[in-house]
Amino acid sequence: MIMGEKKKFKISNYLNYAIIIAFVIVMIIINSTVGLGYSDKSTLPRIAFSCILAVSLNLVVGFLGELSLGHAGFMCVGAYLGCYIANTIRAGGSMPELLTVIIAMIVGGFVAAIFGFIIGLPALRLKGDYLAIATLAFGEIVRCIFKNLKIFGGAMGMSTKLYNGNTLYILAFVVLLVVLFCCQNLINSKHGRAVIAIRDNEIAAKAMGINVTFYKLLIFIVAAFFAGMAGVLYGSTIGTIRQETFSYNYSIEILVMVVLGGMGSINGSMIAAAVITYLNIVLQQQLSGALAPVKNIVYALILIVIVIFSNAPAMKSFREKFNPKKLFRRKPKTPEVAEAIERKDEAKWDRIPTKIDMDEVLSADTRSNYADAPVPPGADVIPMERSKDEMYRPIESGKEEK
Amino acid sequence: MVVAIDGLSLGAIYALIALGYTMVYGIAKMLNFAHGDVIMVGAYMIYTMCTLTWTTGGLPIWAGALIAFVVAVVVCTVLGMTIEKVAYKPLRGASPLAALITAIGVSYLLQGLAQLIWGADQKTLAILDKLGNLHAGSYTIKWSSIITLVVGAIIMVCLTLFVKKTRTGRAMLAVSEDKGAAQMMGINVNKIVSVTFAIGSGLATFAALLYLPTTAISPTLGSMPGIKAFAAAVIGGIGSIPGAMVGGVLLGVIEVVCNSIEGVASYTTAIEFAVLIIILLVRPIGLLGKKRRVKV
Amino acid sequence: MSEYILETKDLGISFGGLKAVQNANIKIKKGQIYGMVGPNGAGKTTVFNMLTGVYIPTTGTFYLDGEELKGKTQEQINHKGIARTFQNIRLFSNMSVIRNVMVGLHNQPQYKCNFLTSMFRLPKHFKTEKAMQEHAREILKVFGLDEERNNLACNLPYGKQRKLEIARALATNPKLLLLDEPAAGMNPQETADLVRIVKKIRDEFDLTVLLIEHDMKFVSGLCEELTVLNFGTVLAQGKTEDCLNDPEVIKAYIGG
Repeated sequence: MIMGEKKKFKISNYLNYAIIIAFVIVMIIINSTVGLGYSDKSTLPRIAFSCILAVSLNLVVGFLGELSLGHAGFMCVGAYLGCYIANTIRAGGSMPELLTVIIAMIVGGFVAAIFGFIIGLPALRLKGDYLAIATLAFGEIVRCIFKNLKIFGGAMGMSTKLYNGNTLYILAFVVLLVVLFCCQNLINSKHGRAVIAIRDNEIAAKAMGINVTFYKLLIFIVAAFFAGMAGVLYGSTIGTIRQETFSYNYSIEILVMVVLGGMGSINGSMIAAAVITYLNIVLQQQLSGALAPVKNIVYALILIVIVIFSNAPAMKSFREKFNPKKLFRRKPKTPEVAEAIERKDEAKWDRIPTKIDMDEVLSADTRSNYADAPVPPGADVIPMERSKDEMYRPIESGKEEK
Repeated sequence: MVVAIDGLSLGAIYALIALGYTMVYGIAKMLNFAHGDVIMVGAYMIYTMCTLTWTTGGLPIWAGALIAFVVAVVVCTVLGMTIEKVAYKPLRGASPLAALITAIGVSYLLQGLAQLIWGADQKTLAILDKLGNLHAGSYTIKWSSIITLVVGAIIMVCLTLFVKKTRTGRAMLAVSEDKGAAQMMGINVNKIVSVTFAIGSGLATFAALLYLPTTAISPTLGSMPGIKAFAAAVIGGIGSIPGAMVGGVLLGVIEVVCNSIEGVASYTTAIEFAVLIIILLVRPIGLLGKKRRVKV
Repeated sequence: MSEYILETKDLGISFGGLKAVQNANIKIKKGQIYGMVGPNGAGKTTVFNMLTGVYIPTTGTFYLDGEELKGKTQEQINHKGIARTFQNIRLFSNMSVIRNVMVGLHNQPQYKCNFLTSMFRLPKHFKTEKAMQEHAREILKVFGLDEERNNLACNLPYGKQRKLEIARALATNPKLLLLDEPAAGMNPQETADLVRIVKKIRDEFDLTVLLIEHDMKFVSGLCEELTVLNFGTVLAQGKTEDCLNDPEVIKAYIGG
C-alpha cells in the first residue's frame, strides 16, 4: 500500500476498524443465541493474536524494511514474564480477572520492548540477511534461556491461569483494535513518513536530517511491545507456555503472513494472518493422526503456489494477459501511428512509443503488442523475445527492491 | 584432545552444510532455507538403501553402504536441482523475500513428505559407529570423528580447487560477482545456478552421512544443523567459501567444548548464537566477508 | 560571525593509499552561488561527502558559519544547516511528491510532535500535519511542482525529479545548499529554468549555494566564483571567467 492521497487513507482506516468490530459483534450475537463451540472460542483469540503479531512485524519488515526472524522471541519474553506476573497476582489477591490480564499485557509488553531495544542495537549496524540471522539467533537465545530457568518451569513449560474462555475472544479483538489503531496512526504520521523514508533511501534520509538511529530503535521497540502483548494473550489462551512454541519456525510463520499480505500493508497482514491461522487450525483438525503430515504438505503447497503466482515475473505477465479488464479493452494506438503502420510509412516511425517501462519489457505481453507491427524495411530486427534467464536481475542487498 | 577432534569433526560437518548455504547465497542471492531438509532426505535415503542392501544380503556391509551413499548423493543432487527449477527459478527477478518464503514452503513440504513416507518415529543407523574406537595412548577417539575430519578436509580442498581452477568454478565466481556482466560474457547463468544447487545438495549428502553417528533420523533432523550451519556461513561472511569453513569449524568447536562442561551444556545453543551476534557486531560482514562500499 | 559561510581548511581524505582529495581550501561568502568544476574523478563529490558527513576527512577541517563541523554525523550536519542533493537521484521513490518534501520538513522546530502524540492522534498531531502540508506546498510552488504533489516521486520525469530533490533539501531550511550536478540530464530549456530557480531560491530563502556541474554554460551563467579541482587538488580558484580562461584549467579539461 503506497501512501497516496490522505482522504483515501482515512476511509480504509475506518473500514478495517468497522469490519473487526462488526465481526466481533456478529460473534457475540452468535455466542448468545446459538452458542459458539469450544473450538471456535479458542480459534478466535488465536486469529486475533496472529493478526497482532503480523501487524507488528509488518512495522519492522514492511515499513522499516529490515528483515527480522526473531519476532517469536519477543512474544516468548512477553508471554513468560506477563503470565508470570499474572500468576503471582492471581495467587496473591482478589484483583479482577480483566485487570490482571491488562497489567500482565503491559508488563509483558514493556519487558519485550526492552528486548526490542537490545535487538534494535545490532539492527543499526547490520543489513538484510545479516540482520535476519542475528534476530533469528536472538530468538533462539531467548528460547534457550527460558528452557533453563527453573522459575519459569524449565523445559516442562509454565502453566498459566486461563482467562475466562467465554469472553477471551472479545478481549483479544479489543487488543487487536488498540494495536491496529496505534500502528496505523504511527505509520500515517510524520514519524511513519520518516520510517518509510529510511526504508526507501537511507542515505537520503540521513542527509535530510532524519535520526535513523532513533527511528530504527523506535520501530523495533514498538513492534516488540505489541509482540509481547500478543504473547500474554497467547498465554491466556493456552494452558501451558512451552518454549518450543517460540522457535524460529514460528517467527517465520509470522513473516509468511506479512509477506503474503503484502509488505507495508497493514490490512493485508491482518487478512493473511487470519486466513493462514484459520487454515492451519482447520487443516490440523481435519487431518489428524496418520494424516498429520499431509497437513504440512498441503500448507507448504499452498504457500509455494501463492508466492509463485503472486511474485513470479512470468506469472505477472500471465495475469496481465488474462486480466479480465484488459481482455475486453483494445490497446489504444495513436491514430497517426496506426495509420503510419498501415501505410508502411517510415517517416512516421519515430512516433511509435519507444519508452517502454521495465515491467512491460519483461512481460511476454509486449511481444504480442508489437509482433503484428511490420518491420520497416532495412531496419535491423531486434528480437523482442527475451529468454527467461535474461529476466534475472541481480539483487544486491534486497533493500533497494523493497 | 578428544574434545578438539570431536569439535573439529562436528565443525567439518557444519562447514560442509555451510558451504551449501554460502554457495547458493553467493550465486542466487537467496537464503535456501530448505537446505537443512535436503540433509534430512539424504539421511533417510542412506538409511533406506543401507537397510535394503544389508537385508537382501549377498553384499558385504561396506559395499552396501557405498551403494546407499552413491544413491543418496544422486537423489539429493537431483532433488536440489529440482527444487531450484520448480520453486526458485520462477521467482528470479522477484523480491528476495518471495524466494525466502518458497524456500520455507519447500522445507515444510520435504518434512511433510518425509513424515508421510518414513513416519514420525526416530530411526538410527550406526553406519560409522561400527568402526569402533581408536586407542592412542590414553586417549580414546571415535574412528567416525577422524573419518569425518579427513573426509571434510578432502572435500573442502577439492571444492576450493574446483572453484579456483576449473572453468565452471570460475564461471561461478563471475556469476556471484555480477550476474548481468557474467551473462554478457557468455556464461550460461541458468546452468551455473543448477550446478551450484547440485554441488550444495551433494555436499549436504556428505554432511548427512557424517552426521548420522551422532543423531537419530527424524523428519526434523535437518533443521537445527541447518540453522547452525547457516549461522556458521554468516560468521564466516556469507558468500565466502573459506569463510564458511572457518565459521563451521569455529561453531563446531564451541558446541563440543560447551557440551563438555557441566552446567554450561544446556546453554550451548544460546552461547553459539551469542557468539554469532557478537561477531556480527564487531564485523558486520562476517570474518572473511568482502566489504562493499556504498557509493553516494 | 565570520564573513564566510563555509570555510574549509586543508580538507583532505585518502582511501587506503589513494589520496582522493588533498588540501582543499574553499571559502564561500554568504549569499554566493559558488561552483565546483573539474574532470570526472577529480574529487568533487568526495568534497560534498566530506561536507555532509558521509566521509570523515582524514586531514583538515571545515567550518560552517564559524562553527567546526568535522566529525559530526550526517544528521547533525543537516541540523546545523547544510543540505544536499545527490548526483544519482536519491528520492524516496515510493512516496508522493509532497511527502518527500514533508520528510525534509521533519526536523523543523515548529513541527515538533513526539511519536506518542501521533500514535494516539492528539489534536496537536493534526495541527502539525496540516501546517507541514501547507509549508510543503509553498515550497513545491516555487519549483512548479505543486500540480504533481500527489504523484509518486518515481513517476516524475527526470528533470522534475532533480527539482524535487532540491525542493526536499530546501525544506530542511539550510544555510548552505549543496547541489551535485543539478542540471545533469536536463534539456536546455529545463537548464535555463533551473538557473532561474536557483537564483530565486538563493534570494528568497537567504541561501548560499555550492554546486558541482559539468555544463559550463550553466556554471558561467550562475556562479560568481569557482573552484576547479583536478586529481583531488585545487587547480584554480577565483572569479568564474578567470578560472575558465586559465590555461591550466583548459589543459585539464581538453588534455594536452
